Amino acid sequence: MAVIGAGVMGCSTALHLARAGMKVLLLDRGPICREASGVNAGTLTMQMTRAALIPYALRAYEMWLRMGDWCDGGHVLGTACPGLSVAFTEQEAAMLEERARIRRQAGAPIEIVSGVRAREIEPGLSEKALIAGHCPMDGFASAYLTGRAFRPALLNAGVDLREDCAVRGIDAGFTLDTAQGRLDAARVVLSGGVWLEEMAGWLGVTLPIKTLINQLVVTERMAPVMRTVLGVASGLLSLKQYANGTVLIGGGWQGIGDRTRGGIAVKPESFLGNVRLAAHAVPALREARVVRAWLGLESETADALPAIGPIPGVPDAWIIGCVHSGYTSGPYMGRILAQAILGEAPELPLFPIDRLLAQEKAA
Amino acid sequence: MSSPYDMAVLGAGPAGMAAATLAAQHGARVVLLEESEAPGGQVHRAAPPGYTMPQDADRRAGDALRSALTASGAEQRMGVRIWGVGGGPLVQSGAAPVPFRLDGLSAGGQPFDLAARSLLLCTGTQERIIPFPGWTLPGVIGLAAATILLKAQGVLPGRRVVVAGAGPLLYAVAAKLLAHGAEVAAVVDLATPGEWLRALPALAARPDLLARGAAWRAQLVLKGVTVHHAARITDAEGDDVLRAVSVQSLAGGPTVRIEADALCIGHGLVPATEATRAFRAAHHYQPGMGGWVPVLDADFRSSVAALFVAGDGAGLRGAAAAPASGRIAALAALRDLGLLSEDAHRAARAPHAAAFARAARAGGAMARMMALRPELVAAIPPDTMICRCEGVTRAAIEAALDEGALTMNQLKQFTRCGMGPCQGRLCGEAAAELLARRVGGREAAGFATGRLPLRPVPMDALLGDFDYADIPVPAAAPI
Ligand SMILES: Cc1cc2nc3c(=O)[nH]c(=O)nc-3n(C[C@H](O)[C@H](O)[C@H](O)COP(=O)(O)OP(=O)(O)OC[C@H]3O[C@@H](n4cnc5c(N)ncnc54)[C@H](O)[C@@H]3O)c2cc1C
Repeated sequence: MAVIGAGVMGCSTALHLARAGMKVLLLDRGPICREASGVNAGTLTMQMTRAALIPYALRAYEMWLRMGDWCDGGHVLGTACPGLSVAFTEQEAAMLEERARIRRQAGAPIEIVSGVRAREIEPGLSEKALIAGHCPMDGFASAYLTGRAFRPALLNAGVDLREDCAVRGIDAGFTLDTAQGRLDAARVVLSGGVWLEEMAGWLGVTLPIKTLINQLVVTERMAPVMRTVLGVASGLLSLKQYANGTVLIGGGWQGIGDRTRGGIAVKPESFLGNVRLAAHAVPALREARVVRAWLGLESETADALPAIGPIPGVPDAWIIGCVHSGYTSGPYMGRILAQAILGEAPELPLFPIDRLLAQEKAA
Repeated sequence: MSSPYDMAVLGAGPAGMAAATLAAQHGARVVLLEESEAPGGQVHRAAPPGYTMPQDADRRAGDALRSALTASGAEQRMGVRIWGVGGGPLVQSGAAPVPFRLDGLSAGGQPFDLAARSLLLCTGTQERIIPFPGWTLPGVIGLAAATILLKAQGVLPGRRVVVAGAGPLLYAVAAKLLAHGAEVAAVVDLATPGEWLRALPALAARPDLLARGAAWRAQLVLKGVTVHHAARITDAEGDDVLRAVSVQSLAGGPTVRIEADALCIGHGLVPATEATRAFRAAHHYQPGMGGWVPVLDADFRSSVAALFVAGDGAGLRGAAAAPASGRIAALAALRDLGLLSEDAHRAARAPHAAAFARAARAGGAMARMMALRPELVAAIPPDTMICRCEGVTRAAIEAALDEGALTMNQLKQFTRCGMGPCQGRLCGEAAAELLARRVGGREAAGFATGRLPLRPVPMDALLGDFDYADIPVPAAAPI
């Protein structure tokens, strides 16, 4: 089995396959987990996850918090804490109630609380909050540790990990044309994040993938100003303070970049908008100094649901990616894809891409 | 944003002052931006208001550059902190070309932005300090930091001072300390007398520098200051403050303990590349020029259209070469913008090119004296702090390397080294060298991707007053 792309999706799939006895080659054109899976905001949240993915996210949440148990001691400093999704206007309050209801139906333990109650849960929260969705099962991780956390477990499981080994194409029968020469595989998993469109193309499949250029901002270490994961009704803020004192400000504000060049530049106007929103939610952030802003590339399909399953018309080829809030669900998605590849019934259903290809043909 | 300037010059040291002056003299609309209160840079640092400082060669040269600048009519914006660079090449692919954009905080703390058709970076250098036990003690300061204290305000870092490290700054600082009445307990020079001798022929091109260096040395001899050659500081000791340092020959052997209440130490200078890295300009590793430098042509054009780099940020060539490089770059930018004809450009450029070549020879020899010495990195004990912002020791870095970190960006992720407020400006050199030992050199180790802000920025100043309704919150994601 060749797994192409060593982000969280590829790493988890490769690990579960290798543990089941498969001979696995895991390739990445760069170092392990240096793209979306190493630079994301690390929010392990139900309140930003799409409703359809909540059952997956809940199981993955447990996996992140107990990563050491199933990943040979590797960890991403997974931290459990309450999560709040806040409404500042009447319109947002309506949106929040509606979204909390849908997510609650999907299994997320979210309840609506008053602004006063929200401030008891999060004393750092602005008095301007009208109501909030409160989810006691929330948390965050230090995503930059993902590669370091997976690497020893992959090696222990016997995975042949090739970093700095770009795949340029795949010939029939799965001969991979790579930066380290031609490599043969009986099966392939494409786990290339925003580069999945190109990868699917190697197998003659047209699968349009949209690229989001997400922008993140982090402060220097500061005295504790908050203790929850904070978001807003629209989902366009994710805010938490790590144990070391830094506060990470995210929420999917867009910067400049593309698949070819990567994340190119922070957009000053989105930078300013994002930090203003953060300071509106937690006023004490005004005291902070911003030390770094960066960009990461997130993938999305036409219907914004994941691409996880067999590749139609190409036996023994599989795909995994485009999971919304995919860091949260990542390790679990890899596990169920591995189950399917191994011929077992996956615990929860996959997201086959037939729907996207059919749409493509109809269009 | 108002209409674009023809040229924005970032950094008002000798390169930036000379460049802005010349461009303005040719009729270009120029803005010169600088973090300090007054133009001057490190070498020609102006005294703050209320301080009168003795006249010396540096100050006279600085004053000359300053008055030419003022007379030229170039717009000067001093005390501003530029934290953001954008526009130019940093646009969505396929988008129409736009000017460069700079985001900053004014001297009064107000956010502003401006646009410019060309950008000249004259941001100089940073100090390199290779860590050793005790390097974070109060009382241990950089050689460059010491020159700022001494030059700007005549402040002494201590009463009994050890001066250690590499390059001409050693003797400049020691002489200035003596002139200001401090006791110099010792000078500890990494170089052998032979290495200095071999640099002499290049220095002969600049008899003024040679004479000044000789005068510094003479003062040390006069005051009976011991100079330890081919030696390094192994240890700085003290509780809350520095008490003593230990000195050892590079060849090994016993250490000598010297009591002191200050240690001024520097292991050379490194070109400041935050902005060129943020612009994704091409860089190459040139140890003789201070390390990673942007790839530039003879006119100091970078690989990015309309982006120029001059002065020490283009590769260490010293204060005397800096104005010439700034002028060459400014003229090329004007030519590229169509503000100067080919012929006028050629004629105007010639004298500066000659001046640069002459000065760069001496500057290059000095830069080579300050090149990084891998043996200092090899000697760092395991529990010594490399990244003081994030508390990362050498042992932690080695552990991450054992676990497979292959590049500077990955080392950063594995350890947090370089993720604090200094963003790798202090720890980057030692960390990169530790990585280079494993992966076969600095080229292979690479450098950390340039990130905004270029300097830490206070949120309060950035945010200003705003209403919630003014925040352009994008449309919500699908549920
Ligand atoms: C800035 C940002 C913030 C985010 N915040 C959150 C959050 O807070 N919570 C959350 O749950 N989710 C978040 N996400 C989403 C999450 O990060 C992603 O859904 C998830 O990491 C995707 O993992 P992946 O393995 O599919 O992709 P990636 O991690 O991008 O992995 C794809 C890999 O494929 C490799 N590759 C590409 N082409 C080739 C080739 N030709 N040959 C070999 N290898 C190749 C790449 O190098 C890369 O390593 C965020 C995303 C971003 C970008």
